[in-house]
Amino acid sequence: MKTQEAICMVEAINLALHRAMQDDADVVLLGEDVGTNGGVFRATVGLKEAFGMKRVMDTPLAENMIAGLTIGMAVQGLKPVAEIQFMGFIFPAMEHIVCHAARMRNRTRGRLSCPLVIRAPYGGGIHAPEHHSESTEALFAHIPGLRVVTPSSPQRAYGLLLSAIQNPDPVIFLEPKRIYRSQNQHVEDNGKTLPLDTCFTLREGSDISLISWGSMIKETLEAANQLADEDIQCEVIDVATLNPLDRETLLASVGKTGRCVIIHEAPLTCSVGSEIASILATEALLDLRAPVARVGGYDTVMPYFRLEDQYMPHTDQIIDAVKRTLEFS
Amino acid sequence: MNISYEGQIPFYQFINEHSQVITPLSDWAQVDKTLTEYYKLMVIARQFDNKAIALQRTGQLGTYASSAGCEAIDVVTASLMSKEDVLVPYYRNHAMQMIRGMKLSDVLLYWGGDERGNSSPAQGEDLPNCVPIATQCLHACGVATAIKIRDQPRATVCMLGDGATSKGDFLEALNVAGVWQLPIVFIINNNQWAISVPRALQSVAPTLAQKALGAGIRGEQVDGNDVVALHQRVEQALQRARDGKGPTLIEAISYRLSDHTTADDATRYRPPEALKRAWEKEPIKRLRDYLHAQGWWQEKNETEWLQHATQQIQESVDQYLDTPPQPISSIFDYLYAELPAQLSKQRDVAVSRSQGESKKEAQS
Repeated sequence: MKTQEAICMVEAINLALHRAMQDDADVVLLGEDVGTNGGVFRATVGLKEAFGMKRVMDTPLAENMIAGLTIGMAVQGLKPVAEIQFMGFIFPAMEHIVCHAARMRNRTRGRLSCPLVIRAPYGGGIHAPEHHSESTEALFAHIPGLRVVTPSSPQRAYGLLLSAIQNPDPVIFLEPKRIYRSQNQHVEDNGKTLPLDTCFTLREGSDISLISWGSMIKETLEAANQLADEDIQCEVIDVATLNPLDRETLLASVGKTGRCVIIHEAPLTCSVGSEIASILATEALLDLRAPVARVGGYDTVMPYFRLEDQYMPHTDQIIDAVKRTLEFS
Repeated sequence: MNISYEGQIPFYQFINEHSQVITPLSDWAQVDKTLTEYYKLMVIARQFDNKAIALQRTGQLGTYASSAGCEAIDVVTASLMSKEDVLVPYYRNHAMQMIRGMKLSDVLLYWGGDERGNSSPAQGEDLPNCVPIATQCLHACGVATAIKIRDQPRATVCMLGDGATSKGDFLEALNVAGVWQLPIVFIINNNQWAISVPRALQSVAPTLAQKALGAGIRGEQVDGNDVVALHQRVEQALQRARDGKGPTLIEAISYRLSDHTTADDATRYRPPEALKRAWEKEPIKRLRDYLHAQGWWQEKNETEWLQHATQQIQESVDQYLDTPPQPISSIFDYLYAELPAQLSKQRDVAVSRSQGESKKEAQS
C-alpha cells in the first residue's frame, strides 16, 4: 500500500476501503466488477485478494438488486459498501435508496437501521459514453434520511469515506471521477476520519465566498489563484456533505465577505446550489452586499462528449461571476 | 434436436378440499397436537382480521390489508420458523408477525398510522411490513447474504403475493439467491388477485413456481389451504436453507377471501361464483372438518376457543385504542442516529406549534 508517495483520489479510496475492512470485520463490499477486476476505475483493486470472496462480492449485473441487498445486509448489522459503476446507472436502485434505506430507522423508530454506503463515480469531463457523465446529486440531497457526501481531494476522499462507512445511517458517496487521478497528495493511512455534515474551508479570503464541491473545486481554486493576482481575496469552501448542509460555515463565510458565487457542474434548476442560495437569501440577507451568483451546468441534458467541454463550467466563468458580484454596489 | 434443459414443478396436497386425506400422512399429522395448534392460531388470525376490518369501518383504523384466506400459509410457516430465522414479510402477514412475537396491539398500531407498531424489540430482527411490491425479496436476499457470510444456521423467509412475481425485484432476488446459494425460502401467497388483476394477467406461465427454474433453483407448488402439505414442504425448505443447501421457491395456492384492502371493493371485478367456490376450499373450515372427523375438536372446544380469541383480541384493541399519539418530535428523532444541526430549528418549530395546539385544545 502506498503511504510514502503521493497518491491520487481513486488510490485514496482504495486505501480507505482497505483500512475500513481491516479495522472492522462487518465491512463488506459488493458491486459489479469490484472483485477480480478491482472495479472499472480500480477503486477496489486488491481487496478481494486481501479479504476474500465472502467480503468482496462480484454481484450479478443489477443495480436495483445491489441496493436491495445492501439494505438486507445493513439491517443485519453488516456495514456494506456497494459500488454503482456509474451514477447514470443508479436509477434502478432509487426505489430501494429512497423508500427503504432512507426510511428504515424512522419507520421502525430505531429498531432497525441501514448503516450502508453506496459509492458512485459521477460527473463529466472524461469523454465517457452516454449516461456516464451526469451530476444528479440534488436528487439524493432532497431525500430526508440520506447523507450525500462528495470529496474533492485524495485526503478528503480517504477521511470522508472512512466516516461514511462508520456512520450509522445510509450515505450516498459520490466520487467526482474527473479528478480521480488528476491530483496527488500524501495520504497517511492512519484511519483518521474527517467529519461529515461539515464544510471545509480550503482557502480563506475576505472579499468573496466561492462555494463549491466535487470536481469543480479544481476550477474554483484555480479561479481564486488567478483572482489573487488581481488582489481579490476569495474564500473557497468545499461543501463536501450536500445534505445535511453545514449552514453555519456557509453563513459565517458570507457574513464575513458579503458576496458569494456558488459553483457546480449539475444543472442550475432545483440544484444543491439553489438550496444554498435560498439559505443565504433567507438567513444572510442583511450581510449580502450583492446578489448571490451561480455558475453551473445548463438546464439541458448532459451532452455527449463532443460538446461536454462547452457544457461544463470553466475557470473564466467563475472569474467573470466573481467580478460581476464585486462590481455590484 | 437435443433437450438442453427440462424442468418439473411438483404439486403437493395431503388433505383435499373435502377434508379427505389423499396422500399418506407422516407421523406428526396422525396425532392431534400440531394440527389443533395450527387450527387454534388460524382461528385467532381470522377473528383478528374481522375485528381489524370492523375497526377500519368505524374510523378507528387506517386502510388495512386483510389476511383472510392466507391463514394456513402464515400460521404454518411462522410456526415452523425458529426464533433465529428472519421473517421478511410483505403486508398481509399479520398472523406470522403475531406468532413471531409481535403483539396484536402493535399490528393494530401500525395499521392505525403509527410507526411504533414496527418498533417493538419483540420483533427481533424481522423486517417491518413492506409496502412497495416485491422490494422485500431483495432485502431478504441481503439478510440471507449476511447470514451466509457469518456462517450461521439460520433461514430467511420472504413472503410475497402473486402480483409481486411480475416485478424485477422478485426475479433478481431468485437469481442472486441461486448464484450465491442463499439460505432463503420464498413463499408466494398466490391468492389469484393483485388488487383487481387476476393471476392469468400476471403471467402466461402455467405456474409461478416455475420462475425458480429460470434462476436454477428449486420451485414447487403446494395447496396453500392444506396445513399438512404446507408443513411438509416449508419444513423441508427451511431445513435446506439452515443446512446451507440453498434457496427454495414455494408457490402456495390460496384465494383472497377479502377485498385487496379496506380501500378496495372487489365486487367491481371478482365473479361472485369464484368467491363462493373459494369459501368451500378455505383453510380453516377444511381443517376444522378434518379435526372433527378425527374426534380431535368438538363444538365445546370451538366455543371455548372462540371466546378465548375474542377476549385476547379485545385486550389488544383496548391497548391499541388507549395508546396516545407520538409527539411530533418523533418525526425528527428517528430520521438519523443523531439529529443534524440543520434540523433542530424545524424540530423546535414543530414542537412549539404542537404545544400551541394543545394549549388551544385545553382552553376550548
